[in-house]
Order: sequence, then C-alpha cells, then structure tokens
Amino acid sequence: MDHAAAATLPDAHPDHLDTSTGVDSRKLAFWTFIGSECLLFGTLIATYMVYKGASRVPPYPHDTVVNGQAYEGILDIPLTSLSTFILLMSSVAMVLALSAVQRGDRAWGRNWLIITAALGATFLGFQVYEFNHFYHAGLKLSTNLFGATFFTLTGFHGAHVTAGVIYLLTLALLVHRGRIGPEKSITVEIAGLYWHFVDVIWIVIFPLVYLIR
Amino acid sequence: MTSETHEVEHDIHDHPTNRTYILIGIVLTVLTLLEIGGYVLEENGTFAPGTAALVISVLSAAKFILVVMFYMHLKFDSRVFTGVFLFPAALATLAIAALFVLYHVLGQQGNTYKLI
Amino acid sequence: MSTTTHTIPAPAAAPGPAPSETGLWSWITTVDHKRIGIMYGVTAFLFFLIGGLQAVLIRTQLAVPENNFLGADVYNQMFTMHALTMIFLALMPLTSAFFNYIVPLQIGARDVAFPRLNALSYWIYLFGALFLISSWFLRLAPNVGWFAYANLTEPAYSQGVNVDFYVLGLQVLGLASIIASLNFIVTILNLRAPGMRLLRMPVFTWMALVTSVLIVTAMAIFTIAVTQLLFDRFFGTMFFDPSKGGDPVLWQHLFWMFGHPEVYILIVPMLGMVSDVIPTFSRKPLFGYNVVVFSGILIAWLGWGVWSHHQFAVGLGPIAESFFAVSTMLIAIPTGVKVFNFLATMWGGSIRFTTSMLFAVGFILMFTIGGISGVMHSAAPADLQQTDTYFVVAHLHYVFFGGTVLGLWAGMYYWFPKVSGRLLDERLGQIHFWGTMVGMNLTFFPMHFLGLYGMPRRIFTFSADLGFNGMNLLATVGAYLIAISTLVLTWNLVRSWKRGQLAGPNPWGAPTLEWSIPSPPPDYNFLEIPTVRSRMPLWEEDSSKQGGIPHGRAQEGMDTITLGGTRVAEMEFPDEPSLMDPSEAHADHIHLPPPSYWPIILGFGISLLFGALIFRHVTGPLHNLWYLSFVGFVTTLVGIFGFALEPGHDH
Repeated sequence: MDHAAAATLPDAHPDHLDTSTGVDSRKLAFWTFIGSECLLFGTLIATYMVYKGASRVPPYPHDTVVNGQAYEGILDIPLTSLSTFILLMSSVAMVLALSAVQRGDRAWGRNWLIITAALGATFLGFQVYEFNHFYHAGLKLSTNLFGATFFTLTGFHGAHVTAGVIYLLTLALLVHRGRIGPEKSITVEIAGLYWHFVDVIWIVIFPLVYLIR
Repeated sequence: MTSETHEVEHDIHDHPTNRTYILIGIVLTVLTLLEIGGYVLEENGTFAPGTAALVISVLSAAKFILVVMFYMHLKFDSRVFTGVFLFPAALATLAIAALFVLYHVLGQQGNTYKLI
Repeated sequence: MSTTTHTIPAPAAAPGPAPSETGLWSWITTVDHKRIGIMYGVTAFLFFLIGGLQAVLIRTQLAVPENNFLGADVYNQMFTMHALTMIFLALMPLTSAFFNYIVPLQIGARDVAFPRLNALSYWIYLFGALFLISSWFLRLAPNVGWFAYANLTEPAYSQGVNVDFYVLGLQVLGLASIIASLNFIVTILNLRAPGMRLLRMPVFTWMALVTSVLIVTAMAIFTIAVTQLLFDRFFGTMFFDPSKGGDPVLWQHLFWMFGHPEVYILIVPMLGMVSDVIPTFSRKPLFGYNVVVFSGILIAWLGWGVWSHHQFAVGLGPIAESFFAVSTMLIAIPTGVKVFNFLATMWGGSIRFTTSMLFAVGFILMFTIGGISGVMHSAAPADLQQTDTYFVVAHLHYVFFGGTVLGLWAGMYYWFPKVSGRLLDERLGQIHFWGTMVGMNLTFFPMHFLGLYGMPRRIFTFSADLGFNGMNLLATVGAYLIAISTLVLTWNLVRSWKRGQLAGPNPWGAPTLEWSIPSPPPDYNFLEIPTVRSRMPLWEEDSSKQGGIPHGRAQEGMDTITLGGTRVAEMEFPDEPSLMDPSEAHADHIHLPPPSYWPIILGFGISLLFGALIFRHVTGPLHNLWYLSFVGFVTTLVGIFGFALEPGHDH
C-alpha cells in the first residue's frame, strides 16, 4: 500500500478479501501453525541427529561393526521406500482433490479425498508393520537411544498422519453432502496444506533416518 | 465505493494445472529414486559416506522446496505466508545445525559420541 | 449499553443472548476478547498474589540464619513453584490479558481473528494452572527448579509425582500460549483498520506481535523437550539419562533454547507498554518510532542466538562460549537504543507524573540496572563466578520485577480506566509505587553483594558466621514492603472497579485508537471502523499546533473526546456524538460471533488428557484414576468436532 492509495481510498484493503493483508485469516493461522510445527519437528530431528550413532546396545539402524562384531541394521530400506512413495502419491491425490473441489466437481472432489486418506492409511499400515517388526526384533523405546529417538520422531509423524486421515475423511463426507462447494474450497485447501506439510516432514525424515548412515 | 466481489476463484488462474501437478509428482518420484540410488551407491562402496550424505541431503531439499512451492502454492500465494513459514523454518534449521555443530563438530563434553 | 443486539448471519444458529448479559453462563461461553481479557487478568492477578505469597514465605525462611521455618523439602518446592507460578501462571497470562483487551482496540478491530480459539486458550490456561497449583497445595509440587535440570528429573532421582506435575502442567500451559499467540499473530496481521499500516501500529501492538512470534516458536521447542522428559519418566526412554547414553546437557540446550526467548516473552510486551505510556504523559510522539520497533524485532531475533550463556559453567569449550558471549553482548545494543529512545521522548516533554508514568520511569531505571548486570554475565569467565549465586537472583529480579512487573503496573494504571470506565486511585497509586520501588531495591540490591560474597542460590538456609545475616534480613524486610504495596494495589483495583472516578473515553489524552471509544467499550468496540491516517490518530491536529499537545483530563460523566478543550480531528467518528451512544439503532448491523460452550469442553478435555496421567505414578487405589486420561482423549476428540462443525462460526 502506498501512501496515496491509503489516503484516498475509503477502504484501503489491497485485495478482494476483507482483511488487512488480503489473505484469508484461517489460511494465515494455518501457515503460522505450520511454522510452529516446523520447530516441533525440528527439535525432534535435532535430538535424533545429536544422538545419531550414540546407542550403546543393539539393535542399530544400519549395518554396524562394534568391537569386531558385526550387527545387521534393523531398518528395511526397500519397504520404507515403498511407503515413502505411497505418501508422495497421496500428496498428488490431494492436489487433485483440491482442484476438483475448486471447479465444483463434487464426486471427484470426494473421491480424491478418499483416495488421499486411503493412501495415508496405507502409509500408516506400513508404519504399524514396521513398529511391530522392530518390537519383536528387540527394539523398544527403552532399548537404546536409537529406539527412543526413532520411535518418538516417526511416531510423532505417524500421529500427524493419523489426524490427517480423520481430517480428510471428514472433509470427504462434507464434500459428499454438498456442504463444501467451490465457495468454501479454502477449507479443503487448508487441509491440503496440512497434508502436504506432513508429507514434507517425511521428505526430511526419510533420508535423515533411513538413507544417511 | 467499490463493491467487494468475493471471487474465490481469484488465485486459481495463475495456479498450475493438474498436468503440472502430476508432472511434479513424477519429478518427486524420480528424485526419491535418486536418493535411494545414493544410498545403494554408498552401500556398494561407490560413494564415500560423506558424499552420499551430501547428495541425499541436496535431493531431499529439492523435494522439500518443490512440494512447498507448488503443492502448498507458496510460489503463487501471498508473501505473508512465505514470511510466517520461512522464519520458523529457518529457525528450526538453525537450531538443528547449531546442535549438530555443538555435538558433532565441536565435540561436546560429557559423553563422547563416536559412531559405533 | 443494554439495548444493542447481535445479529447472527447463519440462520441455523440460535439467536445470541443480549450482549450485556452478566450471568455465569455468559462468562463461561463468552467469545468476546474484552471479557476473555478480564478473565485472564483476574485469574493471573490471583496467581500473582499466590506467587507473591510464595516469595514472602521464601524470604521469611531466609530472614535469619539457620532458620527452619519451611524446612529443606518445602523450600525446594517453594522456590520452584514461585518461579513457575510467576512465569507461567501470572506474568505471561497478565501480558496475555493486555494483549486480549487492548490489541484489538488499538488496531481498530471488533474482536480477535478467532474468538472461540481465544476462549479455548483461556480455558486450557485455567485448567492447566489449577492443575499445576494444586500440587503446591498438596505439598507435592515440583522441587527441581523451574529449569528442571536433567538428570535430577529422571525417574531414578525424582520419584513420586512432583516432577510429573511439572511435565504435565507445562505441557498443557504451553499449548494454551501457542494457541493464544497464533490468534494474536493473525489478528494483528489481518484485522487492522483501513490505513493502519504495520508501521502505524502502536508499539504495544508491535511488541505483542513480536512476543507472539517468539511464543509460537520457542514454546514449540519446549513442548518437545518436555515431551521427551515425559517419555523418560513414563515410557522408559533415556533422552537425558547418562547411565544409558543420554546427555543431560541436551536438556539444558533445549530448555534454554526455549528459556531465553521466554525471558524476552516476559519483557518485550512491557517495552511496548511503556512505549505507549511515556509519549502520552510526555505529550510528545515517541522518539524514533521505527528504531524502537526494529530494535524490538532485533532483540527477539538475537534472543534466539544466546541460549548457551545460561550454560557457561557446563564447559562448552572456547569456540561455543566465545560465540555465545559475543551474541549476548550484542543484545545490549538494541536494548540500550530503546532506553535512549524513551529518555529522548521525555526530554523537553511536558511530563505529568501520574502513577502510570512513575511506573514507566521506574521501569526504565530498574530494567537498565538488570540489563547491566545481564551484560556482566556475558563475560564467560566472570559468569563462572556468578553462576548459581545470589548475583543471578538479583539480576533476574531486576529484569522480571524491575522490568516485567513495573512495566505491567504502568500498563495497569494506564489501561484500567479503559477496561472499567473508572480511574485507579492516584493517591493509593503513589503509595503503591513508592512502596514497590523502595521494597524492590531493599530486597534485590543487597543480593548483588550476597552473590559476590558467595551465597549460593536455592539453599534453604545459611550459617550465621558467613556474614550474610544483615543483608538477608534487609532483603526480607524489602519483600514484606513489596507485599504490603501489592495489597495496596489489590485494594485499589477492587475499590476503583465500582467506585473509582469516572474516566470518560480518554482520561489521559492519549493518541491511540482504543481511547476513541467509550470506557468500557461496547461489545462491538467500534460503531464504525475508523480509517487511520497516522500513528497517533487522536493527536493529529494538536501536534501541528504551537505549544505541543495538551494533557487530557478525566471527565466525569462526559462522553465526547476532548484534548484540553480541543476536539480531536481527522478522525471522522469522534465528531459524531452518536458513536458514543451504543443505544443507537444502527449498532444492529454489527455481526458478532455467538457465544459457544465448545471452548470450555475442549479445554477441559485436553487438560484431563494430560492431567489424569499424574495418577500413573500414584500408588494405591487412586492409581486407576489415570484411565480418566482416555475420557479426556474422547472429550478432546468430541470437542474438536463440536468446535469445528459448530454452526454460526466460519472457523
């Protein structure tokens, strides 16, 4: 806003929305929330990095030799690569869902939302399998620092995915009932922001935990 | 007084099309495969451990940026969003980097952290 | 005040009750930022009195050597709870009260961006605060210091529920402040009146924005640190347990990465308050507005890079220590800039020493002393001598009491008339001010010497032959004086709420928007949203005149705004007497959100979810009460859906 505009216009809002910045308040709140989430996950990741390689007892994440004895890494890279791919695809489904809702396509808006949630649930299924497998292979929260940092970091992410799946299914229901049309597409857009953010966090976690030794 | 038309469609026209979205999905998949490739090359000894970590980090940063810019529309949206996201994101990165330096570069007191 | 009505856009919603309803239910379901501000204020002030009582008990214990008034264990709980109560239950929520009440008025808004979320953060705060303080009444309070250094907090060294109260209570309280701050950020960025550009906002609103950004970032780090501690205590992890490879120093890093920004969370709002108070009572615009704002931002930004100066004694090595020493020294620059700006604002002004102004000047003086002893800590070698001595206690109290509390009282005397419509009594105010000033210097100044002579902190008693006796007694006398002065303030608040002198809209002749509307403001705040053309909309015309801006006066029973007989100009609305008359019919078109009971349900659910976990470490039949945590979880889930899908609210 330049000074002249502010002085002459009775309404100095720069954009179509009735807010000072011209952006939707809910969306702004959500981006701020995402900013806060960055520090939540940032702290978990920082802790993981600090304690990387500090475990005193096996199981270790990757193949390791300690005092001449070889230990097999517990992480299953091919399996997690697959679940990573699935979460990535759910993000693609999410943008398609938003685009369908925005052009008023109720059926496909609903369908893509359900597909997104289903892909998310599949990712969670992989995680449940992985956690269960680790548990039986002797890795618990209380086993070593790898267990503590790994389960809290990925578990915290998994909790976000779970919340996201419920969130998306609720929206799918609302779209199906016609309560969210193009005029309210911002609701879906915000859910999309959440979902993509959860994906972005996994984009950071996957290489840090699984790929970088 | 200009009436306020609430065009919800307002920011769609400069948004990417579904084609672009799918294209980016493919690019993201390829980048992920490259990341895994980096891991495999380190496993069989082609890459030194440091090299692999660097390559994988760069690839992952690229994926991060693609999703945030396109799927989360930051590239096409108001700069306000970029601000409220970038500041904490930068803080988080700095916090991770600072603790990494304190522990793994400056080698803090207390426990000695050697790769086992 | 009684004939305005809400109109609710959604036909599905039940019609809202008349706005002036005053029953208990109307307070429980309110989403009005002014009522929530008052609730925050009253609750936090009561906790301030409890925190003060704790301080008095601590000083009584330390009055004479080898005293056994409290005993070692209760003393440990007492100093821990004094810090937790003051920081999390009193001072932060008191600033929150001012943010809630004043910020929307200063930017020309009818409410905050998310009124129900605002109510939610209050209820979470209230339940979390009751949970935490209950531990004190049960004599089961945290006893490890507010910093809760590992590995003392690990289950092996702190059995029982004391540390659990810390972990669970702060988890809940942190959530409340994050939610509140998200709301303030959006409110300040998005709900400004037309023409209220960022660099036209009152400095208090600016500092509210800066503080909120600090809270959403710093509190997030703390939330995770506390979660990790919770996992250590409840699920057998070893994040901070050195016997299993964890590093206690990591807790220190995470804690102070939050803790240092937290210090700024507690001081930056007051820097904003006095930036509004001083110009008003000096009849001069703030000297160097831009510089004051940007140095506020700089303080917050630099505040992120100094956390390890709390850990010099731990031995981080020369590189890290040099870095943190230099960054700490840098902070003195923007802080000093602000102090000089305050002084330059007063220079040549027509100063009127109301109680509010006295506290603002006291703030500058005392905070500067605290700042100077703070810079002394930045020298790592000297800090080794000062760490864990009373020197640090002196320093932090000059910042928290001399800065935060005096700043708060400046704001209290300044804005109380806006909230209640009545002035606080000036004579009692002067007694309060001088009692507080003399008391705080008697209490805290000797502590500098005590510290340098070697008296350690957190020790419940000392032997008679160490030479500490006289100064400890002096400090205790000072503490009692502060306590008496605070009672004078309490009496003043209670008495003036109903019987104080009527204030009128703008008793001080202040320049910012909140003074353009009646005191107390109607539910909808502004009948017409004003258009803003300058930083000091109510001073625009006067400032161009010869002879400066005249002081305002309280005008009994009058509704129009005048500054020494001159009507304020450029703002269309003060000319309209109808604006001051809320019974005008055209208040009907103003849409206010209907009340909602979901915030209290959701707030209760979240608090129960965490709070009930306390029974995990209780033996006996009470142990089973921890299953209430699941009830809390279900309540939270139901609450979220009820909240999100409630008709009549967009968000």
